[in-house]
Amino acid sequence: MLEACGITLMRGGRAVLDDLALTLRPGECTALVGPNGAGKSSLLAVLSGELAPARGRVTLAGRPLSALGAAGLAKARAVLEQAPSLSAPFPVAELVALGMAAVPRATIDEHALAARAMTAVGIAHLAARPANRLSGGERARAHLARVLAQLWAGRTAGGGHFLMLDEPTASLDLAHQVGVMTAARRERDAGTGVLVVLHDLNLAAAFADRVVLLSDGRIAAEGPPSAVFRSETLSRVYGTPVAVERGHRGALRIGLDLPPAA
Amino acid sequence: MPAPSTPMRLSKGSEMDASLPAVPARRGWPRASWILLAFAAATLLLALAGLALGPVRLGPGEVLSALAGQGDPRAEAIVGGIRAPRVALAAAVGAGLALSGTALQGVLRNPLADPGLIGVTAGGALGAVGAIVLGGTLAATLPAPLRPWLLPIAAFLGAGAATAFVFSLARRGGGIHAATLILAGVAVNAIAGAVIGLMIYASTDTQLRDLTFWTMGGLGGANWQVAGIATACIAVALVGLIRLARALDLLQLGERAAWTSGLEVERVKRAAGLWSALAVGAGTAVAGPIGFIGLVAPHLARLCVGHGHRLLAPAAALLGAALLLAADLAVRLVVPPAEPPVGLATALIGGPFFLWLLLARIRRDA
Repeated sequence: MLEACGITLMRGGRAVLDDLALTLRPGECTALVGPNGAGKSSLLAVLSGELAPARGRVTLAGRPLSALGAAGLAKARAVLEQAPSLSAPFPVAELVALGMAAVPRATIDEHALAARAMTAVGIAHLAARPANRLSGGERARAHLARVLAQLWAGRTAGGGHFLMLDEPTASLDLAHQVGVMTAARRERDAGTGVLVVLHDLNLAAAFADRVVLLSDGRIAAEGPPSAVFRSETLSRVYGTPVAVERGHRGALRIGLDLPPAA
Repeated sequence: MPAPSTPMRLSKGSEMDASLPAVPARRGWPRASWILLAFAAATLLLALAGLALGPVRLGPGEVLSALAGQGDPRAEAIVGGIRAPRVALAAAVGAGLALSGTALQGVLRNPLADPGLIGVTAGGALGAVGAIVLGGTLAATLPAPLRPWLLPIAAFLGAGAATAFVFSLARRGGGIHAATLILAGVAVNAIAGAVIGLMIYASTDTQLRDLTFWTMGGLGGANWQVAGIATACIAVALVGLIRLARALDLLQLGERAAWTSGLEVERVKRAAGLWSALAVGAGTAVAGPIGFIGLVAPHLARLCVGHGHRLLAPAAALLGAALLLAADLAVRLVVPPAEPPVGLATALIGGPFFLWLLLARIRRDA
């Protein structure tokens, strides 16, 4: 269990997160949604241990994150940052292998794990390609494979409890968005707690067990998608009319509630 | 919606993806080790040439027997007393500059981060000049065995201060632009140059002679005491830097992702800065400012063994040693008995190389 309570994070004299509490559980996929500047990425950074909050504490299985150190945290959770990059043109297989740095080499089969991670996101054929010669979508998936490899390597070391993804679908087309979320769901089914920052509410409705709607550094609504995604709640938080309907298979469909142009 | 257990099937090669791919596990390994071996052989050959060639030419047999202590006394004096410390120093300084360049480029994620260009060498030079001009009184209070260490320590402190400054610039932005880095280097170089000028202006005649000797000296002044101290410092730094290879690989993800992947980023940056400053400072203290080895050697090494630091670091160190040995050989042989400073030779090779790099980048970015 990853527990955060009383989290306040200050930036430039303003509270980006304001006395916020959240618990991540194993085997549950939590989507973090909300307008720009609501504090989604900041909250993910606090939960990953990257940012220390001004007030409040975050604990993993009862231990404060700050006590775990970079290597301990890297085994316990894997993080995909918003716009991952690589300065050196390593081959994709080596980029993926970088994710396993926290686990001693002798204890894992690095090549098998890297191959599995690349296969899981459909880039196995790119293994030898230099990472700087990938398209935007291929690069995003290569970094996702690195993070999956980190998670699995952590699992062999008794960790791999949480997967945190910051807008993993931002630069991807529709099919790849579904592919990334499917990969995240597989990890949830394997018992990992998944936290994913999403802009696309329809993706959140389709894949998340629980939605946390942030607004101005506070939780505006929290619960299963059907409870959080209500027209009046979303319209209020996003400041624009939002319609929520049921699709033909019962799935939620969320969209702007605007009159047609001209 | 795809079932949770199917992998993404999106790309054209998806049928091939279904089975586990042949990851290029050890691919390139044998080739790379051959290249490293070739670099080592070239360095060794250049070192032997450095022992054999000069105003008095010695054959390979004479050099080897002199090294073994069985040659004629004159050859032994030339090889053991004059050329061997010089060759050892050239190899150590070259390797130190090259590996420092590799480490700085890795930490700053910028291929233009040469210790000379970003001001680390200038910081070391400022420390060395300060020790020559102001250190006389301090040295008199030190016990005799410690006095030879004053110059390298002062140069190390100067180089360390410059490195800390550049790293602090890089931290503020998260990343650092090539332009910012070079401009910071211009500023550090200008300030250090001005302060060195002031100190030369204020120095006495004896100090002035020492200074001129130091700036012009190159590797010519090497004796076993000087070469021993510098080589020991640089050797420690080389071991420290080579051990950072895996960390430097991780840093290519950016500092945030390197940290979330388990790297103690601040500790690694401190270590890289410390060892680089030690290697550059020790080299600058004995050989004067030598430019461009830290830029040229890592670039050539990348072309040969790729970007992974576990191969790149030793390859760059060997190439740096070979380059400086070759440059020293060139300045000794080109207009004998005069010896132009070795820094001139490295600048003559490195300057055009740097311009070519810049133009290639501009063309690529355009």
